[in-house]
Amino acid sequence: MVVTAERTPLYDEHVRLGAQMTNFGGWVMPLQYSSIREEHRAVREAVGLFDLSHMGELRVKDESLAQRVVTRDLTRLRPGRIQYAMLCNEAGGIIDDVLAYAVADGGYLLVVNAGNQDADFDWIRGQGGGDSVLNVGREWALIGVQGPRAVGLVQRLTTSELGGVKYYAFIEGKVANVPCLISRTGYTGEDGFELFCGPSDAAPLWRTLLDAGRSDGIRPAGLGARDTLRLEAGMRLHGNDIDAGTNPLEAGLDWTLSLDKDFIGRDAIMQARERGLSRNLVGFKMLDRNIPRHGYAVVEHSRPVGTVTSGNVSFTLGYNIGMAFVPPALAEPGTRIGVDVRGTAAPAEVVALPFYKRPHPK
Amino acid sequence: MPDLSGMRFAETHEWVKQEGDTATVGISQYAQSQLGDVIYLELPAVGQRLDAGARLGVIESVKAASDLYSPVGGEVSDVNQDLKDHPEYVNQDPYGKGWVIKLRDVKDNPKLLDQKAYDAFVQGQSG
Repeated sequence: MVVTAERTPLYDEHVRLGAQMTNFGGWVMPLQYSSIREEHRAVREAVGLFDLSHMGELRVKDESLAQRVVTRDLTRLRPGRIQYAMLCNEAGGIIDDVLAYAVADGGYLLVVNAGNQDADFDWIRGQGGGDSVLNVGREWALIGVQGPRAVGLVQRLTTSELGGVKYYAFIEGKVANVPCLISRTGYTGEDGFELFCGPSDAAPLWRTLLDAGRSDGIRPAGLGARDTLRLEAGMRLHGNDIDAGTNPLEAGLDWTLSLDKDFIGRDAIMQARERGLSRNLVGFKMLDRNIPRHGYAVVEHSRPVGTVTSGNVSFTLGYNIGMAFVPPALAEPGTRIGVDVRGTAAPAEVVALPFYKRPHPK
Repeated sequence: MPDLSGMRFAETHEWVKQEGDTATVGISQYAQSQLGDVIYLELPAVGQRLDAGARLGVIESVKAASDLYSPVGGEVSDVNQDLKDHPEYVNQDPYGKGWVIKLRDVKDNPKLLDQKAYDAFVQGQSG
């Protein structure tokens, strides 16, 4: 069997910009254009442009089905609003983390991780959704515009009044004459928008944003910077920090659970809560120059007691950071832990998440 | 363009240049471009003896940690202290201020490639 990675509608743009491409979740995506450090900085200080067209979109029209598969009570979500929630299996394990968009003509649009989109689709259909669930990920391109100058940039290209679009809300409008779903969301810890548009509109919109953003110091940013940005913002990456073997409680995602409604996985999660957790996902900072990586052991008295799920340099903070599963006794901020880096226990300290919060949140 | 004459390369992408009794070691332009932003180097102590092909340290970029190998044998006589605060020198100037270590009492390695042969080797790897 030959597995070929899929290309987004912006593939040619990335090649033209000299991007280093990588395979991510079955998609050929830009890893970096110039330097992850510079792209990271552009997003924190100016504005960065991301191709997110690999992300999946599932249309779930049946509201009661959506309520059953998603951990959060969506009935409280008004049209035009967005919520972060989990898709759990019967055992309470996280199949995927999703954004649920309450759309005007009823039901929800679930934005899901690229590598999970077809499995999520099959799962939801298998829960009685049948043909009412649509896998529309390949009908949408998605462009992220993120950073302190992102809102101003997009506002210059639209007649829609963006000041009224709150964080985790969206409107339909035109950006650079391209019909878009304009969503005030992101995975970087910065303000900004994610623009859903038709595949054939993606390249013109991308180019217009790059041109119009030149005076703002815009840079195209790849998956490398996306990862270092989301880590600073304490955002979990499915497949790295959380997966089907993780329950939302131990992942510190209890705020995404509406335990007073019925959803798949609820009973198992309630039981896990009853039993007490055996581990917690925490943030930590390194106290020396070592860089923690996914899969490194957390050690106590040279015995492995936990696992690093994400780790890297924090360009914004100037030290190295990570997330790890540790026993509850080691989960309090301020606790000293060791990270096994090539056989040596490198000193680290548990800290509260997120590592980075933007100065003026909207 | 830095002076690459007399520079030789290992298939593990380190370069070495011998001047007098001292051999300077670094990583190639190709290697730095593949690694991307270098953020940390774990380097040997001065005085440590290394055989040709022995692991001399670790280089960490945003993407991954990779081992570094000594292209020739010798005793470590100097390590580039500037890289502690400026690991990005490896990206900016891999054949100049991004050098990694110096060796003395050098044991040569006949398997190293000259620049032309190395370029062809890289071509074959990326092609």
